[in-house]
Amino acid sequence: MDTPNTDVIQGTLDMLILKTVSLEPMHGFGITRRVEQISRGVFKVNPGSLLTALTRLERAGWLDAEWRQTANSRRAKYYSLTRAGRKQLEEETSNWSRRASAVARILKAET
Amino acid sequence: MSLWRELARGLRGLVNRSAADRDIADEVEHYLEEAAATFEARGLSPEDARRAARRELGSLTVVREQVRAYGWENIVETTLADVRYAIGRIRRYPVHALVAAVTLALGIGASTAIFSAVNPVLFQPLPYPDPQRLMLIWDGQGGSRLDVTFGTYRELITRNRSFETMTVMRPMQPTLTGVAEPERLDGQYVSADFFRVLGVRPALGRDFEAADDQPYDPNGPFVAIISDRLWRRRFDADPTLVGRQILLNDIPVTVIGIMPTGFENVMSPQSEIWSTLRYDPALPFNGREWGHHLHLVGRVRPGIDSDRARQELEEIAAAELPDFDRPEWATLRDGFIAHSLQDELTRSVRPALIAIVGAVILLLTIACVNVTNLLLAQGASRRGELSVRTALGASRSRIIRQLLAETLLLASIGGALGIVLAHTAVDALVALSPPELPRSGAIVVDRTVLAFTAGLTTVIGLLVGLLPALNGFRASVPGGAPQQSMRIASGHQLTRRSLVVVQVALALVLLVAAGLLLRSVQHLFAMPPGFDPTERLTMQVQVAGQRFRDAETSHRFFDSVREAVRQVPGVTAAAFTSQLPLSGDEEAYGVHFETTPPAAAEEDPSAYRYAVSPGYFAAMGIPLRTGRALDSHDGAGAPLVAVINESFARRRLRGLNPIGQRLHIGPNSGPWFTVVGVVGDVTQMSLAVTPSDAVYVTAPQWRFSDNARWLVIRSQVDAAALAPAIRRAIAAIDRNQPIIRVATMEERVRATAADRRFALLLFEAFALTALILAAIGTYSLLSGNVTERTREMGVRSALGASRLDILALVLRQGLTLTGLGIAIGLAGAAVASRALVTLLFGVTPLDSATYAFVASLLVIVSMLACAVPAWRAARVRPSVALRFE
Repeated sequence: MDTPNTDVIQGTLDMLILKTVSLEPMHGFGITRRVEQISRGVFKVNPGSLLTALTRLERAGWLDAEWRQTANSRRAKYYSLTRAGRKQLEEETSNWSRRASAVARILKAET
Repeated sequence: MSLWRELARGLRGLVNRSAADRDIADEVEHYLEEAAATFEARGLSPEDARRAARRELGSLTVVREQVRAYGWENIVETTLADVRYAIGRIRRYPVHALVAAVTLALGIGASTAIFSAVNPVLFQPLPYPDPQRLMLIWDGQGGSRLDVTFGTYRELITRNRSFETMTVMRPMQPTLTGVAEPERLDGQYVSADFFRVLGVRPALGRDFEAADDQPYDPNGPFVAIISDRLWRRRFDADPTLVGRQILLNDIPVTVIGIMPTGFENVMSPQSEIWSTLRYDPALPFNGREWGHHLHLVGRVRPGIDSDRARQELEEIAAAELPDFDRPEWATLRDGFIAHSLQDELTRSVRPALIAIVGAVILLLTIACVNVTNLLLAQGASRRGELSVRTALGASRSRIIRQLLAETLLLASIGGALGIVLAHTAVDALVALSPPELPRSGAIVVDRTVLAFTAGLTTVIGLLVGLLPALNGFRASVPGGAPQQSMRIASGHQLTRRSLVVVQVALALVLLVAAGLLLRSVQHLFAMPPGFDPTERLTMQVQVAGQRFRDAETSHRFFDSVREAVRQVPGVTAAAFTSQLPLSGDEEAYGVHFETTPPAAAEEDPSAYRYAVSPGYFAAMGIPLRTGRALDSHDGAGAPLVAVINESFARRRLRGLNPIGQRLHIGPNSGPWFTVVGVVGDVTQMSLAVTPSDAVYVTAPQWRFSDNARWLVIRSQVDAAALAPAIRRAIAAIDRNQPIIRVATMEERVRATAADRRFALLLFEAFALTALILAAIGTYSLLSGNVTERTREMGVRSALGASRLDILALVLRQGLTLTGLGIAIGLAGAAVASRALVTLLFGVTPLDSATYAFVASLLVIVSMLACAVPAWRAARVRPSVALRFE
């Protein structure tokens, strides 16, 4: 039985995270859930990769992190987009659409 | 901003790892909870929801580690862990570590010391701006390097287009007078452009100008520039000295400038004072302007390469112009020899230095091989440990990194010890270095040297660790854990054996080199110098001051000194000469006979000129062959007479009776001297150089009075012990005249081989160390081997092998390795010893006696190294062996 490939396309994880967080501050699992929902299950995010990426984006200054207390008195880390993160997101988005449409054009080309 | 975050977060991770770890754990835990909550919301029981979430998440540890592995601080952290681990290993095996570190320290220390000695000579540019544009130019007469004449310099500086400036220089030794303690100074007479050619300016005062270099006028004014060292030593660094007068030889000289502290005069490192030449640009042929006695240095114009400059010099030499008359001894018919100043300075010592560098590389290699071997031997004990670590999930690269961290740490300890060692060694090197070694003042352990050592240490740490690390890993594959398989053990033995062979081979190369040098030095000292060096004390006596202007006064002074010295108890003879054999003096003139057989017309006319006092030949022990010696009747008014040496007579006169022949010394316009005697050949420069031709005249008959003369004293007792009494005797006549360069003739003979002795000393030290290391290598291999084969030995002896059989077995194994090493080493030495050719004397690089001796020495030493393990093996009792393991 073939399972469909649900890996996030290489190099797009950062963009997906930034986009997701741009809507509202979110914790790690929230991001995973949002990506899965919006992509209708096409992409599943690997938790290890996600948390590592979050650390990286935070250190790059694109995300701010904040610890909040949860209902059952645990700590949860919420990420929100910074101004630099917004700029980065815009850049990556335009970059992506330019390239995606180019790929689409190539694939559509008549043989 | 982000860089700051990067740093801050990383540092926080380093400083407070547990807090950082808790954050990660909390985040992962929260992730799991949220995931479980989602499953629960779909209707699973809390336990099932959690289990499902766990399944989706995978191992929590792996996730945590994945997040944790991000960031630069992790590299720091694993490195620290590696270092901690390495320190732990070293503390568990301190003896091993000590042996390895000391071995490396020997290698690194020796390399560092040698590097610091050769760096200024071979690698560093000269301490002047654009040093590659400086060229040293010689008169190439007869293919040899001859000092140029002032006339040649005048012609070149007017005609050439390739050089910005040129300067000439000659040594001077003025005496600083008018002070409580007169002192003889080393200095140089230079043309006005001297410092401009070098590109250095005085730190205080002004540089020489053309006006300072006008033709000599006894009434002055005279000017001088002094070194920072002299300024501090004798004038308390007084800045008002500039513009003031000091007395040199009782003549007032104005100090116009003081050189900067770091100024290094590579052509005459001892020089502390400079004055202008003040030669006559009218160039009278009979004046000193046409003597070959000036060093000529030029600074090539920017953009002109040295080949172009050299070519132009040749063109000038070939095309004589009527405006520039050349005397027959300076016709420039053989052109010039011109090379970069750096090359010329290092020319004579470069072969020796390169040989020494080669030797130290060999030594370092042997040390590294030894340590590698040691680590490999240790490998057996850690194979189990490595297997466990691999089984627990340590990656291959992580394990190799850890093993390398260990050898790097060992190498660093070795390097640190090595630097300490090098500091001592460098002082010793400078003290022992031959006087010809240029820039010996620049030999220090400085930042360049430390950087070199740090780099070397790192490379060594990696090199030495690589083989054991790979070996250790290979041995740590799963399955190797419980019991080492025979194949691994034998493969690892093969590596170790090859390393021992390499060690023996390298040691042999060093030993052969040392042996060849030793025989060269022996041959050298067996050469007859032409005089008798035993119990002869020599020193230079100088006259300085106005009253010695008059030649008569100085002759009288030297005569009375000679009389006084002869009265000193123990003295059997005393005499003066203007230059002394093996003193480094080199004053030669062209000597032209009135009658020259056609066959001898092309012979080199130059000969050393000695102005001597009566009794010189007897005092030196130079044998008279025919005719008579010079005596007190050959004074100022008497007919001019000369004595020449026998090979000179033979070559230049071709069988004519030398007695009664007439000759010119120097310019042809000079007077005729009549040969009255012939003496034996004497070595002037070095025992390795064939005896040089000589012409002897008496001091009063020479055209000028030598202000510095060598006193030769022959004694019945210990010559060196006479020095104080002789100083007192001279001081009683005139306490203001400096006495310098006191040494016995035997010391001078030894000093002429200083470069070879220096190389020999280093090679002996390196070769001895190499021999010891090779012996240790052989010993530790066999000893480890015997331990590993204890059971085999026991079985053998149980089966009836005698002790002798087992002894022979182990010895054979050791000697096979040695034999192989010797065979390879002999071939290597035959190739490598060619690099020594310039240092050898009287032996060929393939001298069979040396090779045979060295090979047998190695056999004996390795037999000794094998004997202990062999003896142990022979004493293994079957019962012990079977219980072993």
